[in-house]
Amino acid sequence: MALLEIHDLKKTFGGLKAIEGLDLHVDEGEIVSIIGPNGAGKTTLFNLISGLFPVDEGEILFDGRTLKGLFPNDITELGLARTFQNVRLFPNMTVLENVMVARHCRTRSGIFSSIFRTRRFRQEEAETKAKAEEILGFFGSRLVGYRFDQPAFVLSYANRRRLEIARAMATDPKMILLDEPTAGMNPRETVELTELIGKLRDDHGFTICMIEHDMQVVRGVSDRVICLDYGRKIAEGTYQEVATNEQVIEAYLGRKATEAAS
Amino acid sequence: MAQATEATAPAKPGDASPSMAAGVDLAKAARLGLIGGATASFLSAIGMVTSFDSRMLIDPYITLGYAVLFLVPFAFGYLAGRPPILLEGQLPAPVGLRNVTAGAIAGLGTGLLLAVTVLIAANFDLRAVFVNLSPAMVETLTFGQSLGVGIALLIAGCIVFGALGGAVNVISSRWRAPIMTGLLWVFTLALLEDLLSQLFRGLNLDSLIRVFYAPGGGMTALGAAIIFVIVLALAMWLKRRPPQVRQKFEALNKSERQRWVAIGIGLTAVLLYLIPIVMGGFMSEILDLVGIYLLMALGLNIVVGFAGLLDLGYVAFFAVGAYMTAVLTSPGSPAFAPELTFWAALPFVVLAAAVAGLFVGTPVLRMRGDYLAIVTLGFGEIARILFLSDWFKPVFGGAQGITQIPTPSIGPFEINNPQTFFYPIMFMVIIAAYISWALSRSRIGRAWNAMREDETVAEALGVNIVTAKLSAFVVGAALASFAGALFASKVGAVFPNSFSIVVSIIVLVIIIVGGMGNLAGVAVGALVIVGLPQLLREFDEYRFLLYGALLIFMMLNKPEGLIPSRRRVAELHQEEMGQDAWMGPEQQEQTTVDSTASPVTTTS
Repeated sequence: MALLEIHDLKKTFGGLKAIEGLDLHVDEGEIVSIIGPNGAGKTTLFNLISGLFPVDEGEILFDGRTLKGLFPNDITELGLARTFQNVRLFPNMTVLENVMVARHCRTRSGIFSSIFRTRRFRQEEAETKAKAEEILGFFGSRLVGYRFDQPAFVLSYANRRRLEIARAMATDPKMILLDEPTAGMNPRETVELTELIGKLRDDHGFTICMIEHDMQVVRGVSDRVICLDYGRKIAEGTYQEVATNEQVIEAYLGRKATEAAS
Repeated sequence: MAQATEATAPAKPGDASPSMAAGVDLAKAARLGLIGGATASFLSAIGMVTSFDSRMLIDPYITLGYAVLFLVPFAFGYLAGRPPILLEGQLPAPVGLRNVTAGAIAGLGTGLLLAVTVLIAANFDLRAVFVNLSPAMVETLTFGQSLGVGIALLIAGCIVFGALGGAVNVISSRWRAPIMTGLLWVFTLALLEDLLSQLFRGLNLDSLIRVFYAPGGGMTALGAAIIFVIVLALAMWLKRRPPQVRQKFEALNKSERQRWVAIGIGLTAVLLYLIPIVMGGFMSEILDLVGIYLLMALGLNIVVGFAGLLDLGYVAFFAVGAYMTAVLTSPGSPAFAPELTFWAALPFVVLAAAVAGLFVGTPVLRMRGDYLAIVTLGFGEIARILFLSDWFKPVFGGAQGITQIPTPSIGPFEINNPQTFFYPIMFMVIIAAYISWALSRSRIGRAWNAMREDETVAEALGVNIVTAKLSAFVVGAALASFAGALFASKVGAVFPNSFSIVVSIIVLVIIIVGGMGNLAGVAVGALVIVGLPQLLREFDEYRFLLYGALLIFMMLNKPEGLIPSRRRVAELHQEEMGQDAWMGPEQQEQTTVDSTASPVTTTS
């Protein structure tokens, strides 16, 4: 059953048609990769799904409900979390706090219970902390122990990316949108992250939709690959099908190159 | 530039090592001297030196005027004599006569420029433009001597103080800090004469006053010497063995810790009880004012420091608090006078302020940064103008305001003088501090923090920005209304002009200077910004000049504030600490594993 369905989505910025009549769907439990040359509209698509940009035309359905007109925080609450292409942590908050913030939409205590430190407040706070520590434990020894209380900006680049994924996990999502999760990582880290993406689905049951440029990663984990170019879907299928699709090769390498190759 | 001056100083011993750092730059010293001269001339031209001359610091040698005047060549002499920054692999050049010479050159520059100012003031009447370039100023600057002798003395004095400033760099670092601390304490205690004699009088220690302070004002030379020696010895001793209170405290077990905390709270309570009794009416009046500003600063700290919403119209909520109190309690309220007691009115006051918070917060929900600042600035002025307007005159009394506001009472105790007012103000301050503390360690506090760091991401992570912003405005407004209520009942009347934009600015300066996000910092900020100008009435006239200078100094040298929150230090010195970002995870793991105890040091 399709968890995310997009019908005839359109978005223009001034005269630029960033997304032009896009249809796609992601089934529950799938790992779908979205590829495409720079400027194809991949990140715009994520921003539209997560509510950061308003939708011009078309329909986005998540779990059977429309996301049109909802605020980003409502969409997160429905169970759709995301990471950002250029890692955007809260750099001056501690590692643990970064994850605890993400529990915001799953917790309820307000001003008065915080001031009076009610029993429910203390209980919820303890649960939030325990949950955050548990999620950080998912990344092995990298983000635990003394790291809990370090500000996020002292982390290495790879650890920042991991923390961003941890933050997305902490919102209890059904589906996670990963925007170039391996950008800027070295080959070893990339391999490790590829395994981790698989584990996110297999162990935690998250549905994954990711934008990725590294074809090793795409081949390694994707159930299905979708290629965008100029805001349209130009190919869809298994990695093999998409990688050998002429239109895709043309989009990446240009017309002349394909003509020369054929 | 460094090479050029190298040639002019052949006295340098043959530099065997090519990596020796260049000595002090004498041309730079001359330039600094000219800047110093401009500064000193400016201070004289605005009348600071002349008007401060009547205040004796150390009887009968130094007046505040001369202290301020000669502080300029001293400071610029110090800057001129400071060794240049070492590059990696360089050996420091030996300090010595050259540093003192540089200081003297800076002093000479200052003196010459100042002499020009004196000559101009003596020969031309420029008082149409510069009111203070008067014969009185000339007389002060020439030490009451004839023009020629006076100017020679002035230049000589500047050179001496410049050289002394330069010489500070020569003293070994073991002595430098204690000596400077000693001088600073003598200067401070001499300035705080009013406060301290009041304190001693309150403690019945009249004989001590006579040792330290001369009858005509100013500290006695003996007193100054005693204080200098005591502070010097203490500073040397503390330097050798820094007290490790925090480590010792953390080493204690839980019950012992709780006992010490209880003792601390008890002592603070006793101290707070005694302060107004010992300090007397005048000092209590100042402390009350500090407390009211502190209350506002704690509230604004939530809005700006925690939630990152730069609100320049904060005075609006203070005004709402004051006016609501006036309307609800005063029998003189024009339209509607329920004549409630202070405490009965308080819930309504807070409610009104919370509504005002929503009212201001809602239209600015989608604004960030500078735009938010400008719009809130407008709201602050709108509030004042509305209270002043003819339209609301039937309710708020227009320019006549509302008078006859009754004082509060607790049971049979009437709170009707500055000393007794100290208690409800402190009570509110403690409550406000607790609220800040509790909220900063809660779900809401984390949401505010996240919003301050990156609003878009916070929203994408499920933080409801609308609720978070509005709650910050509402809590801030409620705390400001406490301050307003206390202000109204303490003064006994409210007028629109008490709520000008300056109040917002001062409150903002308090949290910037004190240290944003830190409660102790805000308290120190309130004491420095509001308390000191009241104590040092000479400075009151130059208050805004000093605020401006202080702000610039803080932004350049200590942007995190006097007592910063740990997070702010990290934030503002991020470039220095964040450099391990380029490290791969392997290296990072290696370097951090063996230093788990102090992971932060691995970044340096």
